[in-house]
Amino acid sequence: MSTETLNDAHESPDGHDAHHEHQIPKGILRWLFTTNHKDIGTLYLWFAFIMFLTGGAMAMVIRAELFQPGLQIVDPHFFNQMTTVHGLIMVFGAVMPAFTGLANWLIPMMIGAPDMALPRMNNWSFHILPFAFLILLSSLFMDGGGPAFGWTFYAPLSTQYSGDSTALFVFSVHIMGISSIMGAINVVVTILNMRAPGMTYMKMPLFVWTWLITAFLLIAVMPVLASAVTMVLTDKFFGTSFFDAAGGGDPVLFQHIFWFFGHPEVYIMILPAFGIISAIVPTFSRKPLFGYASMVYATASIALLSFIVWAHHMFTTGMPVAAEMFFMFATMLISVPTGVKVFNWVATMWRGSLSFEVPMMFAIAFIVLFTIGGLSGLMLAITPADFQYHDTYFVVAHFHYVLVTGALFSIMAAVYYWLPKWTGKMFDITLGKWHFWCSLISVNVLFFPMHFVGLAGMPRRIPDYALQFADFNKWISVGGFAFGLSQLIFLVLIVKACRKIGEPVSDQVWEGAEGLEWEIPSPAPYHTFATPPLIK
Amino acid sequence: MSEQPESKSTAENPNVSLENERTANAQIPKTRAQMASENAKTAKKLVFVVIGMLGFSFALVPLYDVFCDLTGINGKPSNEAAVYESVVIDESRTIKVEFITRTHSGMAWEFSAQTAEIRLHPGEMGEVEFYVRNPTEHDIIAQAIPSISPGVAALYVNKTECFCFKHQPLKAGEEAIMPMKFYVDPQLPKEFTFFTLQYTLYDISATVKPAVVVAMASNG
Repeated sequence: MSTETLNDAHESPDGHDAHHEHQIPKGILRWLFTTNHKDIGTLYLWFAFIMFLTGGAMAMVIRAELFQPGLQIVDPHFFNQMTTVHGLIMVFGAVMPAFTGLANWLIPMMIGAPDMALPRMNNWSFHILPFAFLILLSSLFMDGGGPAFGWTFYAPLSTQYSGDSTALFVFSVHIMGISSIMGAINVVVTILNMRAPGMTYMKMPLFVWTWLITAFLLIAVMPVLASAVTMVLTDKFFGTSFFDAAGGGDPVLFQHIFWFFGHPEVYIMILPAFGIISAIVPTFSRKPLFGYASMVYATASIALLSFIVWAHHMFTTGMPVAAEMFFMFATMLISVPTGVKVFNWVATMWRGSLSFEVPMMFAIAFIVLFTIGGLSGLMLAITPADFQYHDTYFVVAHFHYVLVTGALFSIMAAVYYWLPKWTGKMFDITLGKWHFWCSLISVNVLFFPMHFVGLAGMPRRIPDYALQFADFNKWISVGGFAFGLSQLIFLVLIVKACRKIGEPVSDQVWEGAEGLEWEIPSPAPYHTFATPPLIK
Repeated sequence: MSEQPESKSTAENPNVSLENERTANAQIPKTRAQMASENAKTAKKLVFVVIGMLGFSFALVPLYDVFCDLTGINGKPSNEAAVYESVVIDESRTIKVEFITRTHSGMAWEFSAQTAEIRLHPGEMGEVEFYVRNPTEHDIIAQAIPSISPGVAALYVNKTECFCFKHQPLKAGEEAIMPMKFYVDPQLPKEFTFFTLQYTLYDISATVKPAVVVAMASNG
């Protein structure tokens, strides 16, 4: 893609100069009132990082308790609160806001737009988010504790066996949902309306494509989550019986509604990762992506399929055999477009001039480890086998491989890849490599043995376990602590980068990087593309 | 800067882009005002999608009930009395029906089937009695909810009489025998040789109290 930025002296079409350039507000007010996509992206990313460390601290509590069999550190009710809030924070507080932050920073720069389409709404969608998590976290300190029914808040656990904090949980999920929907609307409008002239759909970078599809998924399913939590709220506090058999409802209905949201939701957390990897692998292979169009179609197919596979989470609820067969085969069908993607990345690297900078290391780790997570997913899709694996640590291993070494590694890869563009300085490469190798080794010590204890029958979400799982759990906990500590290296690296310590970088930053964002100066100026670039 | 003359003409005549939908080759940048109104329009459309999905997810509740009624996949038998007439008894096979009872957690009633299982031909009438006692010191109204496993068999269970069609009020210390009469539809697919019928008793005193107090008073 070759582009040309118009002369700066040339006026933008409506006669406004880009004169705000010199009046960036200072201090806290800048961050409170900002409508600048780069500022909001930064806010989202920092928020996600803080939440990642918070949710990580809860995982450390879980692993400390599970270090040995028996109950030693926390009581079971608090353990349940930790697993629940860890899940909620990592899904809604870390992974999703991190992707939204990347979308804010990158989409306007990638499509040649001056900002997001709805900058004021953008400000709102970020600033309500900290309140959602403040409410959720404060519920942990209530009498009776915070939510303890798992992040999936199955009825009747959440409607009959939960504490008063359920109301706070519902309210905070509502706020998270509103924030996500506003963010998604912003992304869709930006991509549909604000592309630079000549930027056709099939010329958009894959990160933009995957985010466009993700945003549509968000708009479609976040309202479903909102109504699920609303039904839980009215069942618990206002005497309705959506999920109460005594009043004519059905608890299994909850699972249908939840997973109708939940399965597209897990793709919301992985599709932008596909976009990131599709940007990084070609750069460090010095080759264009092997099959651009097939990547676009594969992403769209995965998104469409995500709506017809929800009941594979519910094989053990007593579905008729015909339904189990349908959901089993539909689920397995997803491995076809996913396979197309993995094939594309590998084919891009094939005979490329590879170099292994930190973002590329994370990207390659992503491809290998995400594929492992995909394969255990395929095992879980097999209905008769799922009866054995259901609710065991095998499931925990599966979704941590796709979410930690999948989504999270892609976010880290993205940060390493675009950080020099944001700060204008190269990050501390030595620290980056330490972070990579420590994370890579510890994450596998952490999650790989979970496959074994899961296949051997260790149930998830239980603070105690049978003695035969003791050795593996010790290893898992050691891996967990090491992975947690490794992230402090990342924190130091990011703080150093934000304080602009490091070698200055060129506009292109990485030899082989292509796209509009690499043609603007480094660090990216506060306002970019006030005049749209021309794309030939 | 070979593009400059073209851009200049745009600046002089910004309305051109109003007619021109953004196409692949449109080289005409829009003004901020045009852009903003276009963005607001797209955003409004998306808000309608959000509202639509919100409505759809609430519509799933009745849709689920209708779907389960038609297919019987959630194991709920019909809650209305069937009429037993001109039913052909299929003596070629025998179906075993097991009965399981339980009370919802926290409910202290004793509840059991007088017969653990019966064998009958499809089309033949079966009768089972359930014993129930309220050992507590409070008057309680219960509601029995049936569930059949495997679920699809629920479509073929026809009850002519069941205590579960109504509430079951018991005074403190009171006991009762509750009858249930049913037959299995001869259309029951051949692969079913037995199924389980479970009743769960729920304490619904809190939700139906006013109505029942009247009913109990008129009985006594």
